[in-house]
Amino acid sequence: MNKKFFSSPIILILPSILAISFVIIIPLIFSFYTSFTSYKLTRPDSLFDFVGLRNYERLIDNAKFWYAFGRTILFLAIVLNLELLFGLGIALLINKITWGQRTLRTIMMFPMMFSPILVGFQWKYIFNDNIGLLNNFLYLFGYESAIPWLIDKYLAMGSIMVAEIWANTSIFAILLLAGLLGIPRDPIEAARVDGCNSWQVFKNITLPFLMPFVFIALTIRSLDVGRAYDIVHIMTGGGPAMRTELIWTMIARIGYKDANMGYANAMSYVSIILSIAFTYYFFTKLVAARRDLGQQQ
Amino acid sequence: MKQVKKISFWLLVLLLLILICLPGIWIFISAFRPNPEILSKPANWIPDRWTIYQFTQMFSINGYVSVPAFKYLMNSVIISSVSTVIAITIGMMGGYAFARFNFKGKNKIFLSLMLARAVPGISLSLPLFILFAKIGIINTSFGVILVYVAMNVPFTIWLTDGFFRQIPKEMSEVARTDGCTRLQAFWNVELPLAGPGIGAAAIFAFLLSWNEYALASIITRTVHSKTLPIGMMDYLDEFTINWAGMCAIAVVMIVPALILTFIVQKHLVSGLTFGGVKG
Repeated sequence: MNKKFFSSPIILILPSILAISFVIIIPLIFSFYTSFTSYKLTRPDSLFDFVGLRNYERLIDNAKFWYAFGRTILFLAIVLNLELLFGLGIALLINKITWGQRTLRTIMMFPMMFSPILVGFQWKYIFNDNIGLLNNFLYLFGYESAIPWLIDKYLAMGSIMVAEIWANTSIFAILLLAGLLGIPRDPIEAARVDGCNSWQVFKNITLPFLMPFVFIALTIRSLDVGRAYDIVHIMTGGGPAMRTELIWTMIARIGYKDANMGYANAMSYVSIILSIAFTYYFFTKLVAARRDLGQQQ
Repeated sequence: MKQVKKISFWLLVLLLLILICLPGIWIFISAFRPNPEILSKPANWIPDRWTIYQFTQMFSINGYVSVPAFKYLMNSVIISSVSTVIAITIGMMGGYAFARFNFKGKNKIFLSLMLARAVPGISLSLPLFILFAKIGIINTSFGVILVYVAMNVPFTIWLTDGFFRQIPKEMSEVARTDGCTRLQAFWNVELPLAGPGIGAAAIFAFLLSWNEYALASIITRTVHSKTLPIGMMDYLDEFTINWAGMCAIAVVMIVPALILTFIVQKHLVSGLTFGGVKG
């Protein structure tokens, strides 16, 4: 019995599938259904009030939703690219250090351990216009007027991006550093002997070798893009005047504050498809990059 | 010229260190300062007076005064540890299956598991809130544990799959020709070898549960099941924030996470890259 039990892969995977079905799949099927009803938390019987595609039609007509959607895409595009860039820079920098590299690597991991809610709070504190570290620091240099980092409509979004980048650059830096440490020395030396300059070595040898690591980092990162909700929620709550509203904060506002569950669920589906598309895209890229390197087992 | 280059290089490293560490250090310092000093204008950079007032308020023996942080801490510890143990157990089984067996639709199942993990917490929270309320496990530690197990399983599978692949298949085969069952071979040969990797996966699972906010903020309602990230919001009123208190609870939250990470940091990186590159 025991022998057979442990030899069947399906039975081994079954508990995982069951847990995921119960917590993720079934609720999603349920919410898919409610996205076609006018379900409001305050009126439980509205769960059976089938309205067809009306929630989705409302969504398509809702300019605010599309602003939030566009802002989310823009936010992710800027943040992910900068994180990748800074991560690469930091990895190259630390790769050059011979003394104290391990310690630095450990210190670099610190932001990864901060809860997004903590990151949000920490930066809310730093960017506070009155008592914040940043304005106090600028005060030392004679900028006596307090800059309203989280209140100004443009600065607020930038401030949130800073927090997001601070929190997530380290995952790129650490994985890319691991990639750099694994690069074989021979091709680089051969290229140098053949007269390549540093840029050519970087572009033609280092970068292709790093690509799988870039995609691992992006795949892992894409699993958690939704956690930006925590940061925005605590830093600005979507304000000022919805200027920092991302799709996730909008879902929370419409679902819980307005108690309009059916509509919020329709919105959720858009956000879920967005996240899954991100993950799927990077995952297939990862598989392709792996194949290129011939590391497929 | 070389000197200049060297100096600017180390200045850059220094700047990096400051950027990474300063926010955390500032929170840490503020947790031990009285509120008036935090609010003083112009800023008072070096604390004149250190105090543990906020901590005694949170953890006072005669019942809490400000925020029931001890209760939140206990909830966090219990929920995170139990969900980690369960997630690692069933995730490891899955990882082993993906690493050692070939079966129909293997890659598709693997990908769908990963995609299930990509569902944003806030989007999932709406239906979970309704369903959990219907079956009566809202605002219970059990409900939160259940959610965290499901959230942690896919990533655990990814990591442990990578680690089991590192172990040559032959080792288990030799053990089995010597008369071990597959389970014995797993228990005596493969599990010890994959130990560090499983440890790293466990830390990841623990930290995700420890730090999660979006879902817990919806399915926990009272002190019975609220975890630290949710409890932190107690310091946030509509218009005012108790900065010192919030910094203090932030310290309570971050110190265990940092200690845990410090212990396994070596395996953390290898875990992620093994799983990813060689998978």
